[in-house]
Amino acid sequence: MAITASYPFIDFARHFVRNRAAVLGLVLLFLLVALALAAPSLFPRNPLRIVGRPEVWPFVNPRFPLGTDSLGRDIASMVAYGARTTLMIGLFASLTATIIGVTVGATAAYRGGWVDEVLMRFTELFQTIPNIIFVLTIVSILGQKIENITIAVGLVTWTPIARLTRAEFLSLRDRDFVQACRAMGMGDLRIVWGEILPNALPPVIVLWSLVVASAILFESAVSFLGLGDPNVASWGGLIGDGRTLIRTAWYICAVPGIVIMLTVLALNLVGDGLNDALNPKLRDR
Amino acid sequence: MPALLEIEDLEVSLFTRVGVLKAIDGMSLSIDAGETVAIVGESGCGKSLTALAIMGLLPEPPARIIGGNIRLAGRDIATLPEAQMQRVRGREIAMIFQDPMTALNPVLTVGYQLAEGVRRHNPMPRQDAMDKAVELLRRVRIPDAERRLDDYPHQLSGGMNQRVAIAMAIACEPKVLIADEPTTALDVTIQAQIIDLMKDLQASLGMALIIITHDLGVVAEIADRVVVMYAGRKVEEAPVEELFARPLHPYTRGLLGATASALLQRGGRLAEIAGSVPPLSELPPGCAFSNRCNDAFDRCRAQKPRLIAAARGRSVACFAVENEEDRRVAAVGA
Amino acid sequence: MSLLSVRDLSVAFETGHGRLQAVNEVSLEVEAGETVGLVGESGCGKSTLGKAIIRLVPISGGRVFVDGKDITDLKPRALKPLRAAIQMIFQDPYGSLNPRHTIGKIIGQPLVVAGASKSEVRDRVDALMEKVGLPREVRSRFPHEFSGGQRQRIGIARALTLNPKIVICDEPVSALDVSVRAQVINLMRDLQQELGVAYLFISHDLSVVEHISDRLIVMYLGRVVEAGRSVDIWARPAHPYTQALLAAAPLADPKAARSRKRIVLYGEPPSPFDPPLGCAFNTRCPFAQDRCRSERPALRSIQDGRQLACHFDLVDSTVEASLVESGRAQYITA
Repeated sequence: MAITASYPFIDFARHFVRNRAAVLGLVLLFLLVALALAAPSLFPRNPLRIVGRPEVWPFVNPRFPLGTDSLGRDIASMVAYGARTTLMIGLFASLTATIIGVTVGATAAYRGGWVDEVLMRFTELFQTIPNIIFVLTIVSILGQKIENITIAVGLVTWTPIARLTRAEFLSLRDRDFVQACRAMGMGDLRIVWGEILPNALPPVIVLWSLVVASAILFESAVSFLGLGDPNVASWGGLIGDGRTLIRTAWYICAVPGIVIMLTVLALNLVGDGLNDALNPKLRDR
Repeated sequence: MPALLEIEDLEVSLFTRVGVLKAIDGMSLSIDAGETVAIVGESGCGKSLTALAIMGLLPEPPARIIGGNIRLAGRDIATLPEAQMQRVRGREIAMIFQDPMTALNPVLTVGYQLAEGVRRHNPMPRQDAMDKAVELLRRVRIPDAERRLDDYPHQLSGGMNQRVAIAMAIACEPKVLIADEPTTALDVTIQAQIIDLMKDLQASLGMALIIITHDLGVVAEIADRVVVMYAGRKVEEAPVEELFARPLHPYTRGLLGATASALLQRGGRLAEIAGSVPPLSELPPGCAFSNRCNDAFDRCRAQKPRLIAAARGRSVACFAVENEEDRRVAAVGA
Repeated sequence: MSLLSVRDLSVAFETGHGRLQAVNEVSLEVEAGETVGLVGESGCGKSTLGKAIIRLVPISGGRVFVDGKDITDLKPRALKPLRAAIQMIFQDPYGSLNPRHTIGKIIGQPLVVAGASKSEVRDRVDALMEKVGLPREVRSRFPHEFSGGQRQRIGIARALTLNPKIVICDEPVSALDVSVRAQVINLMRDLQQELGVAYLFISHDLSVVEHISDRLIVMYLGRVVEAGRSVDIWARPAHPYTQALLAAAPLADPKAARSRKRIVLYGEPPSPFDPPLGCAFNTRCPFAQDRCRSERPALRSIQDGRQLACHFDLVDSTVEASLVESGRAQYITA
């Protein structure tokens, strides 16, 4: 009986690695994490301190490799510390969104009936509110701190996850293997956790990577508009500061802008790679 | 007189990540007008790919014809450029597929799709095409034909959809109709209706009918000649009554034995074929059936058997049968 | 009392299109160790009936008794210990196993849910894998590494884990290749002889059911139209629908297939949302009379322990002859 051995994670890794763009994205993300972790050692002083003359161009002064902004702060230092902010927001906001989204979607799908109706209307409510305005409102109410921004962003990005989770659950709920579990007397909770969720998660993971990207963009927008946390270095904040100087010292906007773009690109590439690597096995016919 | 459709040593390879797989390995077949030939085999034997190759519908990549030729009324169609092949498809060769619920476009009405098919090969005003569509629907025995024109495929049952698909296929009175598992997705009583319809249409249009199936009962019902395929090769060919009465190849015998039939003894064990069809990437060396065959001996595992003629109109690719034949001839000669 | 006793079971669904009466007052009995075949075409309610018996879909009327106990209204907690008596094998070998679990875990799950210890589970899984012909080493492999036939074996092993007295088999071989079907059917018969388990074998494939079942139940549009011993029904079907089914079943013998009396039913099965008045089969029945269109025939007993829901009785050949003579039957002979 010729049955070839296969270990799920190795299979997945092999598939993922085949996609060169995805690997590039992964490398970029590792660099970002490395930068974030190394920031205190590379730039031991507070990035928001004024350290030199304002509006120094990049590559001019070796002390300020990426130049200084309108107040004289070191842009390179702000970019490095901004990476920490970005990662934090990206991670925690998306986790918040995922927890809310999966819970809502799974409950709606498994319970069905009026529970489904109510939860879906609730989801639609959040979808119809203009996201950026909602975030800004929450931040202005709760205060301009990084935690509040994280919560606010988490609250606007959960809806696609809820819809996807619900769709996956609905299709899995009627599969024969779930029926077999019911036929052996397995309880509902156990079925949801042990049988359905592990199969529903892969597409949610792919979506999660995109949610991280949109969380980063939201934070940048909030900081750009001046409602970010003033005590924390952030890429969006830097762009916001450089807004008025865009005609003369455009590098102040460009540098953080490029960094944001690369990060979001990396996340999208990784998301695509995850999608390709995870899906063929699920549709295993 | 040359055959209507002539396939000679067709070779189709699949270029996949795991390597180059020989999906069809030297398949030859010739069909005359008015004949019904059944191609029988299980999943992965290459029967559907053969049909797609004839129609020029092979998915490229990964499939590609790498050898042999296909001639329709003497004209080579395997190497025709796409533009010319489009004139052949539908008008001279037509095909119907297994799942009627997905064979039709779900967002267009039945009438529109039929009329479109008609006008593709015979440009005519839309109203005339619609009239022709009604006529076609009546021909395939759909009741209330005018009203069906405005129906969408999802409003019709599987059996009705299959009739519509057949109507589209015969719209231009093709010389050859290929039916790929046309009844597999249908209930038994509807299946009987569809088989009946196909036999009727074939008789009235004089078409050649190639029917691809895994169901030996359907073969017994409708075929004049049968071709048995295994792992991309033809392993046996015979007129239908002879195939059932005296199957030569061990695989054919196994298939017949495994088909529970009302005429078999009740309660007896069904004849099994051990193991399962190997994937194309893991074919045994020598005869592809050797690892499941009760009669296999050393030569079978080392060499691939060629097709030899076993009687009039019969051929088989099996060393065990060859040896039998040689023995018989020697006994007669001696 | 019978092992499985179903009395006037009804299952109805409320859908967007209205009320769908999938199963309508069906009664049946299965004795220990026997195989009862349940046949009918799509939409007849056989799968729904099987699922309702095992409490996977809600029951809207009637009662189900397993091993003497009424399980119809039991709450999940009370039902759980009784689940061991009745299990199910599913149709789709690809959808019936969780792709993320190893097959060892899948087979052992029923015992784990029932609260057995790890070593008990392990031993039982080993024993079952051996029974269904899977080598012990593959218990840590995943479903996608196995062929369709092997997956059905895994499904069978899982169904037997709790040592059930009766297994409901919902089209267990329909999705498999012909040569693999024989293997799985033989396995199921061997297991029945060894373990004494009873089967309710649901299938649309008559030849398979006929081969394996002691008794047969024929359903049409949610109701039982005929029931009795397999041999009796096969030889002399009493209901016109059974007759048509048997006549339409593909027969792997060309001479017999082309010369037998063929009954091609016209028309489509009616929609279950809008069943015909009187006998549900009257729209397609070759013998339909006025009485059939107004009065629904009740299921009554005829000779030899058979049941029939028809105003007439085809087993009584004089009735058949007179109907044919009166010109209302539409027989087609080749």
